[in-house]
Amino acid sequence: MSYVAIADRDHEQEHHDPQTFITKYVYSQDHKVIALQYGGTAILVGLIALGLSAMMRLQLGFPDEFSFINPENYYQFITMHGMIMVIYLLTALFLGGFGNYLIPLMIGSRDMVFPFLNMLSYWVYLLSVIILIISFFVPGGSTGAGWTLYPPQAIMQGTPGIDMGIILMLVSLAVFIVAFTMGGLNYVTTVLQARCKGMTLMRMPLSVWGIFIATILGLLAFPALLVSAIMMIFDKTLLTSFFMPAISSMGTDPGYTGGSPILFQHLFWFFGHPEVYIVALPAFGIVSDLLSTHARKNIFGYRMMVWAIIAIGGLSFVVWAHHMYVSGMNPYFGFFFATTTLIIAVPTAIKVYNWVLTLWEGNIHLRTPMLFSIGFIFTFIHGGLTGLFLGNVTIDLPLSDTYFVVAHFHMVMGVSPILVVFGAIYHWWPKITGKMYNETLGKWHFWMTFLGTYAIYLPMHYLGFAGVPRRYFAMGNTEFLPDSAQDLNAAITISALFVAATQLLFFINMIWSLTRGPKSDPNPWDATTLEWQTPDHPPKHGNWGHELPEVHRWAYDYSVPGYEDDFIPQNVPSDVAPAGRDHGGEH
Amino acid sequence: MTIALLFLAAILATLLGWLLKQTFNAAPWEAEVVGDAAHHGPFGDDKAKFIALLTFLAVVCSFFALILSAYSLRMDLGDWVPMTEPQLLWTNTVMLIVASAVFQWTRNASVAGQQSRLQPGLLITGVLTLGFVLGQFIAWQQLQSSGQYVTTNPSNAFFYFLTGAHAVHIIGGMFVWARATTKVVLGKGDASEIRRSIELCTIYWHFLLIVWLILFGLLLQT
Amino acid sequence: MAFAVVLILLVVGSVVFHLLSPWYFTELASNWAMVDFTVDITFWVTGGVFVFVNLFMAYCVIKFRYKKGNRAKYEPENKKLEVWLTAITAVGVAAMLTPGLIVWNQFVSVPEEAHVVEAVGQQWHWTFRYPGEDGKLGEVDNERISSQNPFGIDPEDPNGQDDVVVYNPEAHIPLDKPVKLLLRSKDVLHNFTVAQFRVKMDLVPGMDTFLWLTPTKSGRFELLCEELCGIGHHTMRGAVIVDEQDDFDNWIAAQPTFAEHMATPPGDATVGAAQYAVCAACHGPQGEGVTALNAPKLSGQSEWYLKRQLDYYKNGLRGTHEDDIFGQQMIGMAATLANAAAVSNVAAYIQTFPDNPAEKTIDGDTDHGAKLYRVCAYCHGGDGLGKQALNAPRLTGMSDWYLARQLNHFKDGVRGAHLQDFYGYQMGLMGQSLHDEQAVSDIIAYINTL
Repeated sequence: MSYVAIADRDHEQEHHDPQTFITKYVYSQDHKVIALQYGGTAILVGLIALGLSAMMRLQLGFPDEFSFINPENYYQFITMHGMIMVIYLLTALFLGGFGNYLIPLMIGSRDMVFPFLNMLSYWVYLLSVIILIISFFVPGGSTGAGWTLYPPQAIMQGTPGIDMGIILMLVSLAVFIVAFTMGGLNYVTTVLQARCKGMTLMRMPLSVWGIFIATILGLLAFPALLVSAIMMIFDKTLLTSFFMPAISSMGTDPGYTGGSPILFQHLFWFFGHPEVYIVALPAFGIVSDLLSTHARKNIFGYRMMVWAIIAIGGLSFVVWAHHMYVSGMNPYFGFFFATTTLIIAVPTAIKVYNWVLTLWEGNIHLRTPMLFSIGFIFTFIHGGLTGLFLGNVTIDLPLSDTYFVVAHFHMVMGVSPILVVFGAIYHWWPKITGKMYNETLGKWHFWMTFLGTYAIYLPMHYLGFAGVPRRYFAMGNTEFLPDSAQDLNAAITISALFVAATQLLFFINMIWSLTRGPKSDPNPWDATTLEWQTPDHPPKHGNWGHELPEVHRWAYDYSVPGYEDDFIPQNVPSDVAPAGRDHGGEH
Repeated sequence: MTIALLFLAAILATLLGWLLKQTFNAAPWEAEVVGDAAHHGPFGDDKAKFIALLTFLAVVCSFFALILSAYSLRMDLGDWVPMTEPQLLWTNTVMLIVASAVFQWTRNASVAGQQSRLQPGLLITGVLTLGFVLGQFIAWQQLQSSGQYVTTNPSNAFFYFLTGAHAVHIIGGMFVWARATTKVVLGKGDASEIRRSIELCTIYWHFLLIVWLILFGLLLQT
Repeated sequence: MAFAVVLILLVVGSVVFHLLSPWYFTELASNWAMVDFTVDITFWVTGGVFVFVNLFMAYCVIKFRYKKGNRAKYEPENKKLEVWLTAITAVGVAAMLTPGLIVWNQFVSVPEEAHVVEAVGQQWHWTFRYPGEDGKLGEVDNERISSQNPFGIDPEDPNGQDDVVVYNPEAHIPLDKPVKLLLRSKDVLHNFTVAQFRVKMDLVPGMDTFLWLTPTKSGRFELLCEELCGIGHHTMRGAVIVDEQDDFDNWIAAQPTFAEHMATPPGDATVGAAQYAVCAACHGPQGEGVTALNAPKLSGQSEWYLKRQLDYYKNGLRGTHEDDIFGQQMIGMAATLANAAAVSNVAAYIQTFPDNPAEKTIDGDTDHGAKLYRVCAYCHGGDGLGKQALNAPRLTGMSDWYLARQLNHFKDGVRGAHLQDFYGYQMGLMGQSLHDEQAVSDIIAYINTL
């Protein structure tokens, strides 16, 4: 550990911009490059998962029309789709991508505190992705146990990929956790240690708060997944009986005795529920900053927002068993977990109120990032409210394991964070690349994604009410379902394919911007936060030139009475009114 | 899961208390002048590695607390037969205690600037720690030869898992120890950097000793 | 402006969709009306919040959209408003949670008078056990499970002797009587769900779980597994039939007890030989099958499968479809077997035949067939020899033209369409992934190579 954090060095020390392609983009210790590596890899692997979901939708919408989908690979598709989206895309993108890019820039630091560890974190993450991809091609294919990997079926005959598939999946998760821990230690230490002068905790933008608390959740929760992964590998390879009870599998006795599948579920959801907030909290934080900036108004109730993030983070550790109401665990736990789960709705509702109240009496610019942010509020309200159904133990009885659950968690954990991801990419794109994107294309992208996803998931809830179970390759003839349920499924599939196809607009926009896009202003949105105040645009290695910034105010001084500009950057001293700068037209 | 919850409650309470102290009375929109200290972390400047280590220890705590939660849940499931621990574990424990003590002595010497003590101190610690790891491995061998395999009973499986996980953490620590020791033996490297390295290693050794004592106590009890 | 209009339309559209949706809870058939009531309350509360907050947001977007010269209001926080909002939210949450907890309390407190039915799950099949006259279920152990004793009941346990065992996925329960369903799994996780009953619970190997309900409507209700249990998860169906008490009593009296099941003598091949004379006319004296007569090879096919199919023909579960010409012929033939003992004797006699592979008549792309067969192998085995535990018959070395015809019958619903032919239904679902004649030929060509 001999490397010295850049932030610790004297500012006379020069930050050479790396020269060759390799040192600049591959073997780089610059947090911005690592962020792009993380983000790029996550999006690429996310596209694979998107493709898998298209395959699933084809089967569900038009059962048995496509010869390349059979029950075996269908269950492999759903498993890998879920696992990739939750872990390898969303977790990696929000923390490894946005966390890496935003933390040092927003708190006025030159880099992460341990740049080498940071680089290592990415390479280990890449390794976990490679192991995951390899598992598609081993004999027997990848695991088809569902992303929850419940034993016994995850390692028992009858499930696809019980040979190398499941082992590689578990190893890949373990490697991912190592990568995440390296990154996480960095983010926590950087937020605690490397803030620039004047940047008190309560002056940090909510993006940093969200990422910071999410990282702490991840650091404490991922070990649960690690423990369960190791124990399952033992059960699979050494035939121990941690999770495996005495069973008779297809008429043969595999030799296990006495273990508990419920034990795995406890461990899994002890990780799995905080994981929801590991994804959600950064999204909450980022969307708060986007809303505030584009509404030209301070975020409403900043302190409440911070405490709500902290409260949600803390509570997220005592709600895990709401995933297990009908799992066969002691049913008396239901009382406790239903109560804690519905309590968590209170801080979450406060966040929603405060986002909406931020719009109240604002001066709202409906640019692409803002459209995505408001779209997020809409889908998040929807997803949050359906959570009140499932969190309430009684209502979980009819709805658990149906399409209602699938619709709910896609609304709250799929669509909502992804809308934030897009909003955030459009918002920070000029900072990252120095180029503007195409506003019209961006808006089209928003409309198609937003309306398309709503057309997917709103009706899907009702399939759940009607009693369509999740993870069914085909429904067959079922008396209690109206025939029209299949038509609805077909409509959902068409929407899903449409949404998947329109994501091309995003990539077209980005490529257009990189090749032909106009140069952007250093601060095109007139934002107050530090990342827009860098001396170079886009920021160079070391971020701040010769002198670290000094912060004099919170991140939300928009439309402060008595100032000419409708924003005051955080590094403007409190006794100096900002000079009226010319920002080259309105946006 | 009670163990994991209690542990988490402790960590979260500490964290919440500290965060609330930092944030409760702040009215961040009032642009008051903030002193130099504001941007320093909770333990002052220049302590990044110390904080990173503490955070890492919290992660390791979470890891072991969760295994112990699983242990206590699994223990109640009827087929549990307590395993007799090899006597060798006592010797190993003594070795690890002495290793930790010697590390503390070395650290004190390092802080006091008594460079001549570093080399023997580090080497003795290393030998003892390595002895502990080897001793654990021999204990495994003894168990295997007496027919106590990993699949014999869940208590055995947990024994191998817990001791193995603990040994892996020790071996991880040995890498950092090896770097510091190489620098001391070769007489290279910055003295203050070596000192800091030794300080952090000492904390880590004490921590793993405490973890081991808890694990060992539990294994003996059940 | 357009954005706000779209938001408003989405809110209105969602409400309209909800009100008009034909996709909603099926008609309730149990005592759990309180579950539906809790859902209704939750809909009112959440629906109100959904409409109000989103319309307010749309209003903000219209009213406070950017206009040159406008300036946002600077308002860091408003403690009073935030406290009020928190309080109102807390009240709303309590309004939803309270009925939820009350109903859950009822769900976890099983009435004393509830009678017990055990539902046993296995990949991909339901079976049931009733406690018999003593009202007590015998001890079971997964390690004792065998083809003879599929429930793993302890033969030494006196409580188990009179247990009524139902080795097929159709359970009967009496109307208006509270029933406690004890749930047990032989292998992996499953879940007991009947949509009309509203309640569900997982089956967990190694432990007993339960749910209870009082059926309030008579009729046939589909039973689904709703916890992923492997590749055949979606085919794990069953039925719960709610009967008037008399019908129930008659039904259960006709089911074998465990003691009777264990005491059933094995089929007598010598007696079966005489009865086989009828079969020999078409299937050949050694059960070798006669292609010209559309009679498949029988020799080498497992006894349990032959018995089941004969029963199906006898009871009208198979061969009743108008397009199943050869099946119709079998109905008359099977009728010549007077009772279960006769069926079992014939099946036993067939086991004595020499097992020579049937002639191969179908060619195809065996490489492609091998790929397709992967799915089949989960039940029928990689060697195609079948697995009794999965109700999957032998395929290898049997008449290939017959396999092809049956696959097409399953796909077209000619076979497996009868409500009680659950295994045929499973094959119908699985067979759908074979898309054309070529795929059927390829897969059978591959089976011919095994």
